[in-house]
Amino acid sequence: MTTASSADHPTRRDFLFVATGAAAAVGGAAALWPFISQMNPDAATIAAGAPIEVDLSPVAEGQDIKVFWRGKPIYISHRTKKQIDEARAVNVASLPDPQADDARVKSGHEQWLVVIGICTHLGCIPIAHEGNYDGFFCPCHGSQYDSSGRIRQGPAPANLPVPPYQFVSDTKIQIG
Amino acid sequence: MSGPSDYQPSNPALQWIERRLPIFGLIHSSFVAYPTPRNLNYWWTFGAILSFMLGIQILTGVILAMHYTPHADLAFKSVELIVRDVNYGWLLRNMHAVGASMFFVAVYVHMFRGIYYGSFKEPREVLWILGVIIYLLMMATGFMGYVLPWGQMSFWGATVITNLFSAIPYAGESIVTLLWGGYSVGNPTLNRFFSLHYLLPFLIAGVVVLHVWALHVAGQNNPDGVEPKTEKDTVPFTPHATIKDMFGVSCFMLLYAWFIFYMPNYLGDADNYIPANPGVTPPHIVPEWYYLPFYAILRSIPNKLAGVIAMFSAILILCFLPWLDSAKTRSSKYRPLAKQFFWIFVAVCILLGYLGAQPPEGIYVIAGRILTFCYFAYFLIVLPLLARIETPRPVPNSIADAVLAKTGSKSTPMVSTAIVLALAGALFAGSIDSAKAAEGSDKPPGNKWSFAGPVGTFDRGALQRGLKVYKEVCASCHGLSYIAFRNLAEAGGPGYSVAQATAFASDYKIKDGPNDAGDMFERPGRPADYFPSPFPNEQAARAANGGAAPPDLSLITKARSYGRGFPMFIIDFFSQYQEQGPDYVAAVLQGFEDKVPEGVTIPEGSYYNKYFPGHAIKMPKPLSDGQVTYDDGSPTTVAQYAKDVTTFLMWTAEPHMEARKRLGFQVFIFLIIFAGLMYFTKKKVWAESH
Repeated sequence: MTTASSADHPTRRDFLFVATGAAAAVGGAAALWPFISQMNPDAATIAAGAPIEVDLSPVAEGQDIKVFWRGKPIYISHRTKKQIDEARAVNVASLPDPQADDARVKSGHEQWLVVIGICTHLGCIPIAHEGNYDGFFCPCHGSQYDSSGRIRQGPAPANLPVPPYQFVSDTKIQIG
Repeated sequence: MSGPSDYQPSNPALQWIERRLPIFGLIHSSFVAYPTPRNLNYWWTFGAILSFMLGIQILTGVILAMHYTPHADLAFKSVELIVRDVNYGWLLRNMHAVGASMFFVAVYVHMFRGIYYGSFKEPREVLWILGVIIYLLMMATGFMGYVLPWGQMSFWGATVITNLFSAIPYAGESIVTLLWGGYSVGNPTLNRFFSLHYLLPFLIAGVVVLHVWALHVAGQNNPDGVEPKTEKDTVPFTPHATIKDMFGVSCFMLLYAWFIFYMPNYLGDADNYIPANPGVTPPHIVPEWYYLPFYAILRSIPNKLAGVIAMFSAILILCFLPWLDSAKTRSSKYRPLAKQFFWIFVAVCILLGYLGAQPPEGIYVIAGRILTFCYFAYFLIVLPLLARIETPRPVPNSIADAVLAKTGSKSTPMVSTAIVLALAGALFAGSIDSAKAAEGSDKPPGNKWSFAGPVGTFDRGALQRGLKVYKEVCASCHGLSYIAFRNLAEAGGPGYSVAQATAFASDYKIKDGPNDAGDMFERPGRPADYFPSPFPNEQAARAANGGAAPPDLSLITKARSYGRGFPMFIIDFFSQYQEQGPDYVAAVLQGFEDKVPEGVTIPEGSYYNKYFPGHAIKMPKPLSDGQVTYDDGSPTTVAQYAKDVTTFLMWTAEPHMEARKRLGFQVFIFLIIFAGLMYFTKKKVWAESH
């Protein structure tokens, strides 16, 4: 930097340099925003992530189906009486991620379990009706979930998440 | 980069690195302590401007590549989706497309500066030749980038340019097939152009490093063309040159932003908003403005091979400039004759550019040949001759002397030449559409559009009425395939609520499927669905409409234009008039006349339209008074319908127009303040050097 002259107006000069530097910094920071923001989902992707409706009537007891919402597999299980009883008999406090079964299903529709079928460990898709707990088994690293989609064994830290959904009628749900 | 630096960082961590990799010393000696001649004028800031543009192009290009699909069936659509759906996609696309033009503006100034001040002369020959290589790489990159949107001009530009190689004797056809990866320009061509378009800018960046290296070995030339002799002749690069360059860049950004936010399509071609169609060539194939002088040279030679050779020679001859102009005096400032011929040469280049955009007929061909001769004569006759016969004026002993002599009598040739160049550039750029002057049709009358000008917004009422007109009239034949129902509720649009847009969508039957049984089925529309097209495919559309497929209307107001002619297109640059498309669409809708004028024959199954090129349109008169009812009391006349539906179609062509202008206003306020601050900072930094 030049230091010699303009000792007569040091403050004015410094102010100018600071103001210019500040304007450059503010402008540069503001200009960054579009370049970052463009990475977020675009409007078409967001619109395509709107709620979907699923007809449950063809799903028999003991059967489960997989639907996709926002690119994620959603397991919809029509649980048997045995599965429900198992899920409710367990001591909630003993679970790695304690949550009661009735907090994971809609009351009056206990036979329907709706969970996002993505292992909470590292994102693989667990296989339904496998493992020791009448629920899901993840083949990647051996996590096991019970008939309520709760983690029981293996490296996964949390239960299979329940997506936002509601019953539109007794045989139809809206996910999202 | 001149010898090992004795620079030592004070920070111990940096010292540790410096001992192992002397990168800070390199940066310090190249961009901080580097002595720069103290008499450089603003023409020298274009080097920094070019570096800035290269950075912007690579940055925006890498980002666009994240969203673009290099496939013949999807490329056009993916570009539209970038502009419509990606956050700030319209901004990034405009920055990149306009950026290419700005890059060439800057490179032409940079090159002419080099010629004027003799920057190519000993010992800077390699520096100059590296520059020519960069320029060639830029041309290749720009061309391939223009192909990527896969519009009509992209496709036919690719066809014409690749066919240049078919002029090569014997091997030509095989080379062209090799370039195409097929028997014609198609998907493999697009794919490889995308790959190469991504690669070449990094090659450019590599050659730029060599260019800067060579520059720092030889040292910068300067307006007086005398080498620095003592300390007094130079100033340190930082802060002097850095601040001055940054001020230059901030001024250049004002021009750049003018295009990005207010005239994004001024330098483009309306035909490129029509998806590529291998069966129809646009009536006037025109390259991007920056290739026009060479295109004019190509067309001036009536022999295919000779034309191609002339065109490439026109560029390659620049490599030999250091030996063609062997005058000892570098700067044209001290060469009275060379100075005059330089400006004649500039005029020749600009006029060649103008001719490149005109149809190759009549006087234009002859003028093209004369100017082509002049172009080559400058290099092959004028410069070698001047080197021998011209008596230069005495050059100053040193740069310091030149600076001292200059103070007091401050001339401002910079300003006047800048104005001349700006006008010439506008002439050049605007000549594109004058070449496309609609033949055999009247010029559409201008309208007063709510969305015109720097603060124009869409008239919501007109958008809503226009949607009604589209739905009840146009939609029976024309698709609107880039518009989703959700768009109707978006900011800057017709102003419907999400609930209204959802209800509007549910009136439509959308084909979906297959369901679990494998069958396609129909369901009510959702906001995410797009307007369904009236025909399942183009063949069906043709069959139902007497052989002419009704075009999709999403982009129609940007895909249609008409020639404005000289000097209107220059005024348009300043007045921001860019409503050729809407004016044309509104005019065609009202241009039907039952009485065909004498001398015009309209074939069976066609209708007379005053404004349609060639007058014979396959579409029957679509609108008549009272056809669509309006709830808001607006007149139910053809004129009102045409205006409303055109406003609506302008919105469908550019749904983010209001956001563009709003952000543009903010950016301009900032840039003006910033350029002002830079100016005063620069003045302060240079205060003791003058």
